[in-house]
Amino acid sequence: MSRALKTTIVILAVLVVFGLITLPSLRRAIQRISGSSRPEEQARREVMQIPISTPTDVKVTAQMYWLSAASPASLEATPIELPLSADPVERSKQLLLALIDNAPAPERRTLPPDTTLLAFYIQPDGTAIADFSDALQQETPSGILSEQMAVDSIAQTLGANVNAIRQLKILIHGQEAETLAGHLDLSGLFPVPSAAQAATPVSQAPTTPTTTGAGQTKPAGPAPAPPTPAKKAPN
Amino acid sequence: MIVCRRSISTLLALIVASALALRAAPQSEPAPSGAVPAQTSQQPAQQAMQQIAAPRNALAVVVLDPAHGGADQGARGSSGIVESDVVLSFARLLRISLEAQGLRVILTRQANEGPSFDDRSKIANAQRGVIFITLHVSSTGPAGTVRVYSLPQPAAPAVTPASNPAHPGLVLWDHAQQGFLDLSRKLAELVQIQMAQRFRSSPETPLAAAVRQLRTVAAPAVAIEVSSVSLPDRAPLDQMAPVLADGVARAVAAFRLVYEAGVK
Repeated sequence: MSRALKTTIVILAVLVVFGLITLPSLRRAIQRISGSSRPEEQARREVMQIPISTPTDVKVTAQMYWLSAASPASLEATPIELPLSADPVERSKQLLLALIDNAPAPERRTLPPDTTLLAFYIQPDGTAIADFSDALQQETPSGILSEQMAVDSIAQTLGANVNAIRQLKILIHGQEAETLAGHLDLSGLFPVPSAAQAATPVSQAPTTPTTTGAGQTKPAGPAPAPPTPAKKAPN
Repeated sequence: MIVCRRSISTLLALIVASALALRAAPQSEPAPSGAVPAQTSQQPAQQAMQQIAAPRNALAVVVLDPAHGGADQGARGSSGIVESDVVLSFARLLRISLEAQGLRVILTRQANEGPSFDDRSKIANAQRGVIFITLHVSSTGPAGTVRVYSLPQPAAPAVTPASNPAHPGLVLWDHAQQGFLDLSRKLAELVQIQMAQRFRSSPETPLAAAVRQLRTVAAPAVAIEVSSVSLPDRAPLDQMAPVLADGVARAVAAFRLVYEAGVK
């Protein structure tokens, strides 16, 4: 074996050992860089998504609409205890934050966990305007089914727990978006079911949730609540 | 002899003129009772009102829309299944089944192009006796199921040709589908029945959803969505394709009777 060949082999061996030593730190650096790709989104979420508390908060059993555990192509009304405000705007914000954060299991989520509610208004005619961060558009799984589940979960959760809302407009970062994630049309208004199944005090918890076919939902237990006057409130 | 030559020349000129007139007729003939979508300010390049054919003839054309394409791949599974590729292969198979019925089939894209929603609608809106089917593969939902969608009925009265006195027979581009909701629902029902028979756990009735692509189509229009790109490999989807094509073709054949009975 020539001297040059021996030298080459030694150099290669040193390089391999060096590569093995530096590989873990290189991997960590890559993960750190990819993890910091959405710092603005995360910072906004940390600031905006502070739990909302108002003097009129009362702990009630709210009906939240997440994906059904048994049938993932439909929503299921799930009762959870939440402190909710008497003010319809604050109440709606509390519900939407819970809808994003409090899903019983990851597979039951309808909205991406990075989604931030940037603003929420209710116009006098009962039109609610919910302004979400870009994460809603970018991270909602693409598809008619998944996009409709996302919108339906918002509309049905609001309808079941807030009486002032008749229809829903969804904005993305303050702008009207053509679609949610490539399929569902966001240019129009989504009907919000009536508040016949509104949140009830803990002592009057509704019956077991019921679920219907794909893309349809049925809330649990009747518990009508008196209508609340619509209110416009800047965020 | 001279008279004879002149007669032949005149005859030839008449034949050529007639042929040209016949070719131009479908473009220039007014639609007596049809919707005429006018595009809104959201489509600056489409400001002018466009005249759209009414569904008054025999069903002759099916516009198949393999959704997405180009930079927009649509849903993408962790195993690398891409919605835009799968729907294109679905559309090619479905085209064969529909052409076997004597229907003319137009695809909104032939390869990996990415036409806009409105460009795809324009293809359908330029035809007479046409239906529109947009094909999708979802990210979610029980694997191997198929759902069919049409637009929901609007909660508030929409702008329809009848309610637009300033321009009778005209309707806004963004409301082009409004005059066809019932027919679209009927088409969706027929397709969904076929899907439920072929793909276990598929719903038996179609769903209503605000699918963007359908809004600007001035013809009976449905969306078909197959689940899903989350499968570990593409083989099950490829196996579904011929079954889906057969089911949709049968549904279109059934719808043809409804359509042609309704427009006579």
